Amino acid sequence: MNALSGEILPAPPPLAPAAQRAPLGPGTPRRNGHLLGPGLLLLYWGVLSATGWLDPRTLPAPWTAITTGAHLVHEGRLQVNLAVSGARAASGLLVGGVAGVLLAFLSGLSLLGGYVIDGIVQLKRGIPILAIIPFMILWFGIGEPMKVAVIAVAAFFPIYIQTHSALRAIDLRYVELAETLGLTRWQFLRRIVIPGALPGFLLGLRFGATAAWLALVVVEQLNASSGIGYMVTLARNYAQTDVMLVGLVVYALLGFGTDSAVRWAERRLLTWRRTLGR
Amino acid sequence: MNAAAVRIRDLMRTFTLKGVLNGVDLDIAPGEFVALLGRSGSGKSTLLRALAGIDHEAEGTGEIALPPRISVIFQDARLLPWMRVLDNVTLGLPRDVHGRALQALEEVGLGGRERSWPHELSGGEQQRVALARALVREPALLLADEPFGALDALTRIQMHELLRRLSERHKPAVLLVTHDIDEALALADRIVMLDDGRISADLRVAGRGDRTLIALQRKRLLAMLGVGEDPQRREA
Repeated sequence: MNALSGEILPAPPPLAPAAQRAPLGPGTPRRNGHLLGPGLLLLYWGVLSATGWLDPRTLPAPWTAITTGAHLVHEGRLQVNLAVSGARAASGLLVGGVAGVLLAFLSGLSLLGGYVIDGIVQLKRGIPILAIIPFMILWFGIGEPMKVAVIAVAAFFPIYIQTHSALRAIDLRYVELAETLGLTRWQFLRRIVIPGALPGFLLGLRFGATAAWLALVVVEQLNASSGIGYMVTLARNYAQTDVMLVGLVVYALLGFGTDSAVRWAERRLLTWRRTLGR
Repeated sequence: MNAAAVRIRDLMRTFTLKGVLNGVDLDIAPGEFVALLGRSGSGKSTLLRALAGIDHEAEGTGEIALPPRISVIFQDARLLPWMRVLDNVTLGLPRDVHGRALQALEEVGLGGRERSWPHELSGGEQQRVALARALVREPALLLADEPFGALDALTRIQMHELLRRLSERHKPAVLLVTHDIDEALALADRIVMLDDGRISADLRVAGRGDRTLIALQRKRLLAMLGVGEDPQRREA
């Protein structure tokens, strides 16, 4: 009314500046921000070693790991063993991953497949990896096939479980959409099912890669004549704590590196997603 | 009138999650814009889902004859979040439709947005992409299940204008499911009322642009739905 009749409104009282509300989300991510935690741990360890609080017989200093590592590289032992370990983990992860994805699709996309496969997988999930090693030795012997098989089994479960649950979580509304658009089974699989299950698969791959390295440590210390685990076991026999430490650091770097690689792939493949953590 | 685009005879749906159908007969002529009105639970969505062929959960009998090319617009835009706008529009179509898809995006006012992700668009824009996805298939029948129900009032008015323009240009037969009488009056050539799974009224909209005539029909429709004149909307 006031505006229409041309009456002048009294000036409003000055407003207090609005308090900026702290955002509830974690904010914008920084490049390589996930290096902070490991960096702090390294700093802590270095300080303790340098000040003599940490006895080198308990845990050698971080730079000992570097010098010993350099020495091992110079001798050629580290890279040879690393190549052997890497090949083992990679082939186990590949076998377990392919099996995990195939079975997840079979049991996620067909009712019968679900009834048959998923029940068995859930049962077997409760059995720890260590408990199946005796059987693996019985079936595959004590050579390379046994090692790859154990790693494959360890990597299989997280990949199967995450892929399967992502498949099952695909929105029924998209299935309806596919029907009304007249998509063929293949188009449905390629355009809706696979992209819909991809986030779950990548999450499973992260867990699966970690599981593969863990299984590698176990099988290489059991019976091996090469590999990082063998190198560590040998060093233990001669009480070479520095070599043992190099082994641990290498394992940690491998696990961290693989995880970062999968996370990098996640960011590249899932650009369409907008999430809190990114 | 020449051969019907849609012919439904004695359609029954006894078990569905969204309401039953109790013997529906309905013909829609080519190019005719029909609004299907009804309260919630009257069976409007059940009828639309039966026509769209997505009522797998339903049991029933009856005849449905439909044209070969049908497009469906849902209440939600239902875009695939992992595909850019253009790929959503051309989903399931051969590669050579890109030109037509760009043209359809242009027609719905989203020219230049073909590389956007669905989450970068507003609700109204997403629904316009869904409209482009429906149009690029050149449907002889367009089924729309309360397509503007989730939009705000202003966007809804813009979408009404757009849908009317596009259906006049492309001339598909349209079946628009809605519970909004004003929407039905603004868009449809004919209004079919569904009550208890049966068609209870079938009337042609007359005199669009004539406010008193529209108000009269509005009043009649409201009475049929069992709602008295609502005082807030009374014409001055």
